[in-house]
Amino acid sequence: MSVQIWTFIFVFVTFGLYIGIAIKSRAGSTSDFYVAGGGVPPLANGMATAADWMSAASFISMAGLISFLGRDGTFYLMGWTGGYVLLALLLAPYLRKFGKFTVPDFIGDRYYSKTARLIAVFCAITISFVYVCGQMQGAGIVFSRFLEVDITTGVIIGMTIVFFYAVMGGMKGITYTQVAQYCVLIFAFMVPAIFISILMTGVPIPQIGFGSELTQDFGGGYLLDRLDGMSQELGFATYTEGQRSTQDVFFITAALMFGTAGLPHVIIRFFTVPNVRDARRSAGYALIFIAILYTTAPAVAAFAKTNLINTVSNVEYTSVPEWFTKWEATNLISFTDKNNDGRIQYLGNAEENELEVNRDIMVLANPEIAGLPNWVVALVAAGALAAALSTAAGLLLVISTAVAHDLLKRSFIPEITERQELLYARISIFIAVLIAGYVGINPPAYVAQVVAYAFGLAAASFFPAIVLGIFNKRMNKEGAIAGMLAGFLFTAGYIIYFKTLNPALDNANGWLFGISPEGIGTFGTIANMLVAYAVSKFSPEPPDAVQTIVENIRLPGEAIRQ
Amino acid sequence: MSDNSARSYWRSNIRIVLTLLSVWFFISFGCGILLVDTLDNIRFGGFKLGFWISQQGSIFVFVALIYIYIYLMDKLDNKYNFESSTSASTSDQAPEETITEEQET
Repeated sequence: MSVQIWTFIFVFVTFGLYIGIAIKSRAGSTSDFYVAGGGVPPLANGMATAADWMSAASFISMAGLISFLGRDGTFYLMGWTGGYVLLALLLAPYLRKFGKFTVPDFIGDRYYSKTARLIAVFCAITISFVYVCGQMQGAGIVFSRFLEVDITTGVIIGMTIVFFYAVMGGMKGITYTQVAQYCVLIFAFMVPAIFISILMTGVPIPQIGFGSELTQDFGGGYLLDRLDGMSQELGFATYTEGQRSTQDVFFITAALMFGTAGLPHVIIRFFTVPNVRDARRSAGYALIFIAILYTTAPAVAAFAKTNLINTVSNVEYTSVPEWFTKWEATNLISFTDKNNDGRIQYLGNAEENELEVNRDIMVLANPEIAGLPNWVVALVAAGALAAALSTAAGLLLVISTAVAHDLLKRSFIPEITERQELLYARISIFIAVLIAGYVGINPPAYVAQVVAYAFGLAAASFFPAIVLGIFNKRMNKEGAIAGMLAGFLFTAGYIIYFKTLNPALDNANGWLFGISPEGIGTFGTIANMLVAYAVSKFSPEPPDAVQTIVENIRLPGEAIRQ
Repeated sequence: MSDNSARSYWRSNIRIVLTLLSVWFFISFGCGILLVDTLDNIRFGGFKLGFWISQQGSIFVFVALIYIYIYLMDKLDNKYNFESSTSASTSDQAPEETITEEQET
């Protein structure tokens, strides 16, 4: 059977499964809709969190990015997992104890201020919206390549599915669909990785194959030594050595960690478990489930890079394998014969290099490059769609709760009934899906870049405000508002300055202390904390009722939901 | 639960969090970034140690840290008689001897 037929089968079966789950878990109340009634078991929540968190970027792009960054790619690996330690130790248990529905809920109540709540709503919507557009684009790419439909049709199919289960089931529907999506995506990621590991090293565990010797067919010797050698020969940077400055890698890693811990769609997952102990446990499960993919990704990166060089370097263009021609049609790989010798020169030197490879191809085409069976190739498509749709659904829910709950119910029209609030929540998901779909079909050039900056913005706004709200009882509304504004504006300003106003300066010499815009969120976090602390010293203490809330969330025990 | 035992519970909690976060910092930012070139001189199998910690080892440590945290916090909760699964009213009483013991430290 062809790849396309296999893909149709997998996509059809998995989508049917998601819809079946959605029908079984309809939401009846706002509590069901926002936090799945607070009754999700920690294991299920761990899987849902992992699927929620691992987006099209983790599934499709990350291993490819690492293949081209080598050791510098570390900041994605450590940044996107290390943040869970912060989340588990500093945020999740306390926010669960607080026991409300949304992140702006916490900010608004803890800082007894409508202004703080509205700033939080603004940050939550901006961050989630930027992020969701990237997911729709990812789904579009997969549909267009594997099902050979055009991107518009692909995005519309994706939108319809997400819309169906998000609008019907809210958090309840999303949670159990995400559990299924996690299973699909991890299976789809691991099967090709295991196949390739066996093929290249004879070891069935990719994490170990990564440090093993290649089989005789691949020339023997340790994989990483061989990759270093080939990279040097072709004039690329040595794979296992860093190119970026140490302080830049340090700051980017920190920004991704703080950002991970501050992303509203991840935080709200911890509102759905029954109690504080379960919140801690589900953070543990979540990181295990994430770590399975994240420890495999660097191995996949090294396998794919080795395989790519072996397959295309100095090969005659007329004798390239079939996958090469198919991916050329999507413009993700392109060849220009600069010296007219009919062979592909893949070199580090930009003047002589004749091959441009898009990083996304490294995961999507990896099974084809390694010559794996058609059903494995098709599985990757279903996995990438699961990753994109699960994250999109979680983000859309944040947008809808921010609008229906924080903006309407808690700020502007408090008199609406629960039924009306639920209706508004469903309407706002509907509108958000339409806008996200539109942006997915007509992607502005900067979306992909902006997704990376969403982390810096989350790091500089939410993370310090929440941590200070829990660990500093004296922190008041003046401090928190000033801190969030300072952190958000500084980070956004720095990014906008280098990316749009003065791109000529966007290099290590132009940056402040050699910190790239990707890493500046770390400065934003620190600035937020310092400003908040200083301002709070010179303004009145928070009221007694608020100090009691803080004392209360520090202790476990049954959370009381209002 | 009394103010005193609440305060000592919180102090123990902070101590656990700070200890685990220093390990977190040492492994990720210390070994994975700042000391990576030095550690690369040590090899095992096909890996250079620094490279391995930064791309794989640190993630295993992160998982372990969360599980140590869960274990220590469960122990702490039991000591102060918190039962998350039951209602707050039955778990508000901390044992008398725990309070005096913790006050001295």
